Amino acid sequence: MREYETVIGLEVHAELKTESKIFCACTTEFGGEPNTHVCPVCLGMPGALPVLNKKVVEYAIKAALALNCEIASICRFDRKNYFYPDLPKAYQISQQDFPIAAGGYLMINTPDGEKKIGINRLHMEEDAGKLVHAGDDIARADYSLVDFNRSTVPLVEIVSEPHLRSPGEARAYLDHLKAILEYTEVSDCKMQEGSLRCDANISVMPKGSKEFGVKTELKNMNSFRALQRALEYEVERQIGLLKEGKEVLHETRTWNEQKGITEVLRSKEEAEGYRFFPDPDLMPLVIDEQWVEAVKTTIPELPADKKERLMKDYDLPEYDAGVITSSKSLAKFYDSCVGLYDDPKEISNWLMGELLRLLNTNNIEIEDSPITAENLVELLKLQDEGVISGSIAKKVFEEMFETGTDPETIVEKKGLKQISDVGELGQIVNGVMEKNPQSVEDYRGGKERALKFLVGQVMKETRGKANPQLVNELFLKKL
Amino acid sequence: MASIWEAVKRSAISANLDVSEEELDIYVQRIKDIIGTMDELRGISTENTEPTVNVLSAQNIFREDTVWEGLSRDSALKNAPCVEDGQFRVPKIV
Ligand SMILES: [Zn+2]
Repeated sequence: MREYETVIGLEVHAELKTESKIFCACTTEFGGEPNTHVCPVCLGMPGALPVLNKKVVEYAIKAALALNCEIASICRFDRKNYFYPDLPKAYQISQQDFPIAAGGYLMINTPDGEKKIGINRLHMEEDAGKLVHAGDDIARADYSLVDFNRSTVPLVEIVSEPHLRSPGEARAYLDHLKAILEYTEVSDCKMQEGSLRCDANISVMPKGSKEFGVKTELKNMNSFRALQRALEYEVERQIGLLKEGKEVLHETRTWNEQKGITEVLRSKEEAEGYRFFPDPDLMPLVIDEQWVEAVKTTIPELPADKKERLMKDYDLPEYDAGVITSSKSLAKFYDSCVGLYDDPKEISNWLMGELLRLLNTNNIEIEDSPITAENLVELLKLQDEGVISGSIAKKVFEEMFETGTDPETIVEKKGLKQISDVGELGQIVNGVMEKNPQSVEDYRGGKERALKFLVGQVMKETRGKANPQLVNELFLKKL
Repeated sequence: MASIWEAVKRSAISANLDVSEEELDIYVQRIKDIIGTMDELRGISTENTEPTVNVLSAQNIFREDTVWEGLSRDSALKNAPCVEDGQFRVPKIV
């Protein structure tokens, strides 16, 4: 049976976190009423002229350096011409022939170890407006509505080399890229708000082949999970076609999240002639060594270095350190906790276990976590002091997550304090023994497991509040 | 030179220009003239010449990253042929 190899390249668009747009002074703020963050420039009115935001250049240099790119000493903006209702000038200002940066890489972890993924180029461009279709989708809509608030918001487009060999590697690349853009504070990288977007080129070829297969371009993947699922689907689809002796067509396909499939958007044969040419409204950009050096000094500790440091300083396993540093906010949260509580591994267990589980199921970002570092640490201390048991701690944690209240108040209010009173526990233990004579017999007859059952009964009666160690001791004494 | 004829026609279509066959012939001739000039330029040695990024002498024109009040929504939408919910309403796209 023939085996196939997958080849993937990613094109990532990240909105830059500047105050104003790339070519005009309108705010970039997300979520305003439609068409309230607009001016003649970003509405493409005749005679309006773009002027480049210096901060955009700084952020692009910063991102490019963090991605190990070479910064071009001279670059320029070009017009990419096409007609679409979200593009008021009928061209997008982008960089075609002379991008600001090229030739970088980033490292990803794969099951076979670390792998270097090349970055072909990074360039600056403007975003388009936002369309809302009056109908289920664009094809079934009778008309569409346009909001230009997003028009001319600064973007960097980062194009990888076709070095990714599986959907898992693509996911790892996007994870690391997102972390780097967050750490350098050039982008919010919120996929659900569209400040991070990802398109993929994917093809399959017989294993060992030197020549890539025909690729399709995938769009509309709105989450990390969607990216991975879409790629997995596409690998299967393309291999299926080849096995049947059919051809893969060179086309653009869109991910349908509901149906879990990719669908044809357009054939590449109706080739987009973008008729690029230098934008005469914008002057060339010259970046000297001093500027690059100045930006270099603003680059903070990057995720890979931070991961190393957590492993070294706190003795964290590589897996833990990887998860915690994959998001800047999570790493910050972890740092705050470790500053207050001296058990780095215990904190990492709570973050990776309970906190991430609740955040993910409720679709909440770590920045918006109802549980603060202080409250988590307080909970751990209550557990250490024996005020609450481990199983109660998890319940309190959930309550903290739901209400945002501090653990002490919850424990107090709900009467969750651990029962460590020997007299009180003794009575409950006696009661349980009376009610379960068979188990008592069994234990005395040598069945160790009967003890577990009896302790369980006490925990049940006290709704988890009994100090399990004490209960064990009491039983051993009485049996 | 059918390929040039095709290329000019494709450019016209992608630029949303309505060009008749007669007009196309004229444009094709002009494009051929331009290509002829380019071929002449090709004869010049550019081995020691840096590529021209831009023909203008000015460079690095910037604005600082500050926000200014733009247009009010009413004036932004004033010339729109069709408006709905504070947005530009456009005809069916596909
Ligand atoms: Zn504007």
